[in-house]
Amino acid sequence: MNSKYDVLVIGGGNAALCAAISARRAGASVLVLEGAPKFYRGGNTRHTRNMRCAHDAATEILTGPYTEEEFWKDLLLVTGGQTDEELARFMIHESKDILNWIVEQGVRWQPSLGGTLSLGRTNSFFLGGGRAMLNALYLTAERLGVEIRYDAEVVDLRIEDGMFLSAELKQPIDGATEMRAAALVAAAGGFEANIEWLKEYWGEAADNFLIRGTPYNRGSILKMLLAKGVQEVGDPTQCHAVAIDARAPKFDGGIITRHDSVVFGIVVNKHAERFYDEGEDIWPKRYAIWGRLVAAQPDQIAHIIFDSTVVTSFMPTLFPPIAGATIAELAGKLELDPTALEKTITEFNAAVRPGTFDHTILDDCRTEGITPPKTHWARRIETPPYLAYPVRPGITFTYLGTRVNRQARMLMKDGKPSANMFAAGEIMAGNVLGRGYAAGIGMTIGSVFGRIAGREAAKNARN
Amino acid sequence: MQEADRLMTVCNSCRYCEGLCAVFPAMEMRRSFSDGDLNYLANLCHACGACYVDCQFSPPHEFNVNVPKTLAVARAESYAAYAWPRALSGMFARNGLVISLIAAFSMAAFILGFAAFNDPTLLFGVHTGPGAFYRLMPHNAMAALFGAAFLYAILALIMSVRAFWRDIGEPISGRADGGSIFQAIRDAGELRYLHGGGVGCYNEDDRPTDRRKLYHHLTFYGFLLCFAATSVATLYHYLLGREAPYAWWDLPVVLGSLGGIGLIVGPIGLLLAKAQRDPALLDDTSYGMDVGFIAMLFLTGVTGMALLVLRATPAMGPLLALHLGAVFALFITMPYGKFVHGIYRFAALVRYAQERRDGLNG
Repeated sequence: MNSKYDVLVIGGGNAALCAAISARRAGASVLVLEGAPKFYRGGNTRHTRNMRCAHDAATEILTGPYTEEEFWKDLLLVTGGQTDEELARFMIHESKDILNWIVEQGVRWQPSLGGTLSLGRTNSFFLGGGRAMLNALYLTAERLGVEIRYDAEVVDLRIEDGMFLSAELKQPIDGATEMRAAALVAAAGGFEANIEWLKEYWGEAADNFLIRGTPYNRGSILKMLLAKGVQEVGDPTQCHAVAIDARAPKFDGGIITRHDSVVFGIVVNKHAERFYDEGEDIWPKRYAIWGRLVAAQPDQIAHIIFDSTVVTSFMPTLFPPIAGATIAELAGKLELDPTALEKTITEFNAAVRPGTFDHTILDDCRTEGITPPKTHWARRIETPPYLAYPVRPGITFTYLGTRVNRQARMLMKDGKPSANMFAAGEIMAGNVLGRGYAAGIGMTIGSVFGRIAGREAAKNARN
Repeated sequence: MQEADRLMTVCNSCRYCEGLCAVFPAMEMRRSFSDGDLNYLANLCHACGACYVDCQFSPPHEFNVNVPKTLAVARAESYAAYAWPRALSGMFARNGLVISLIAAFSMAAFILGFAAFNDPTLLFGVHTGPGAFYRLMPHNAMAALFGAAFLYAILALIMSVRAFWRDIGEPISGRADGGSIFQAIRDAGELRYLHGGGVGCYNEDDRPTDRRKLYHHLTFYGFLLCFAATSVATLYHYLLGREAPYAWWDLPVVLGSLGGIGLIVGPIGLLLAKAQRDPALLDDTSYGMDVGFIAMLFLTGVTGMALLVLRATPAMGPLLALHLGAVFALFITMPYGKFVHGIYRFAALVRYAQERRDGLNG
């Protein structure tokens, strides 16, 4: 039986579309199977807004150079060395050309958004955000003749000796539920929306996690590949999590549920006790630790508490802060013990040393004599109304993935490269991003390896 | 209004659409939104639809973010809210019906007037040469009637836009400066914000197109050319003593013909685009108002062109009555129909130019 398509792409986000376009441009016939309905197409790309690419000089939208070496140092820093240096340096090198290539695919850039000036030099922002970027990629793919199917869930993969044969579909396409192709690109994301899977590592606590992005990243393709002999990479027990508003929906709340206000107040758990230095480092570098910190607290809930003097210091929020004229009233609304919260705040206020407040640097406003300390930006909470945001862990993505080489070709458990299977995007991000996160790097991984995976898959299919 | 307020709060915590148009940067200059602010943002919106297509939270997402439609509703409400005199703000309810009734009545009145004052042989006679039109209606009567209608429209529009300007004026109340007005003229003249941030606006689906912009240009510049034709003819009449009708090569006719073509092709295109538009983007309650105004412009263009082509035939009399009726209705309904969108949007653009300048300087 002949394959109908040269390249089958499973997934529908940035990596999948870059792969599909690049394979099509290399002359292959391409079918994209997106498991989500059309509106929700594109996985977490819908929620992204920028991409981190190396460049040697300022551009119309980037304020200065960001060399390969500096990018590499940043990556080394955020991952704590949990990265594949050769692959990472290769990706960083390739990212330079992506800045132009992605524009050729119809995506438009703009300068960094208001409130994100710290990224103006390193990150290129998509005009209109991630969904605008996706829309452009889909239009280009369709124009080139890539076939795209939505609600196209893959329920099984036939793989023999590291060679992809066919995918089994839940719903038939053109009357067939078995889809053969000469090469496979897996770009179907991680498993962060699969609560049962998260529970394997986090236990019942995972029930209290909120998923920031698409509900469709259930990791089914990743699981199939790993079960059928593909080598895994990345720590399966880890995921990227930030503190997001506890009132956010279970899935897909996206960027607007985040809170940037930790440094302006204190954070207490359900016992109204502080549990970590809120002034440890500047946003966004420490932004990502609060998800795990809250996940480790009882019932996975915490509250950012501040007073009316700092309300305009951070971005406006989707959910308004919960307010109380007194600490006790606020505690009542948050279902905290009023006496305990009063005690925590009184002790905190007494420990605050005088200093000159400046939230853009590690200033000298700190506490003395309390544990944990607040080492920067510590100011008394004393001007009513008292305000609070309840927060929970918001899971962004998972690190477990399939190991690949520089061709984005999957490696099997025995170390041999697969005959015709490639991977791109979050499903293989763990190769370069073993832990941590740097803004926009997920999109870099998706576009760089997507483009390579598509090109290599096309080459593979046509041989 | 409540929904507009909710949406601006959602959008202000996201800001992905900041580069698409003027609405979002203007929104970011605020943390809360008074009714005046929302009316300002609503009139700043050109309904290009890009923020709907680009939004990760548009329906069916539970956040249900639909900025173009919500601002369209707020915009239509703002027209009624600022109408002068207040007693006539009700004309914006069922505006399509009101406009059609006034147009029909106006045209009927001119026909009847022509018939009553003129002998049938004169009405259906062939008239040529200078002063041909004025044999059916004396020039002074025409000038007085249309001058009065026009001046009333101007007065009502000025009073309305004053109320709007005051309401959106905080915190930079007061006069508009020349630089901001010039910037607004440029932005309005090229429809800078009917452009989806560069790719074109969205109409029936997620493929950007510049069709609406093109048809709007034809309509708007067609209207201006017709206005210029009338102005030149007025100058001819009073300064040079040259009476209409003029030869086909004369300036008023050339301007009027070009404008007339614009006023026929443009409105047809706009109506077709509206019929194809994704219903999700439309404020269906203002459908009558939109169509009413476009139809009025079309009627003005068609009757004017028909009059030009058939002016040396017996049809001239009735056509002149129809054309004058259409133009009269257009004038007197200007402050109470979709025409005001251009005025308020222009005022909003001036305000935006000022805010930008103040923001950059301050």
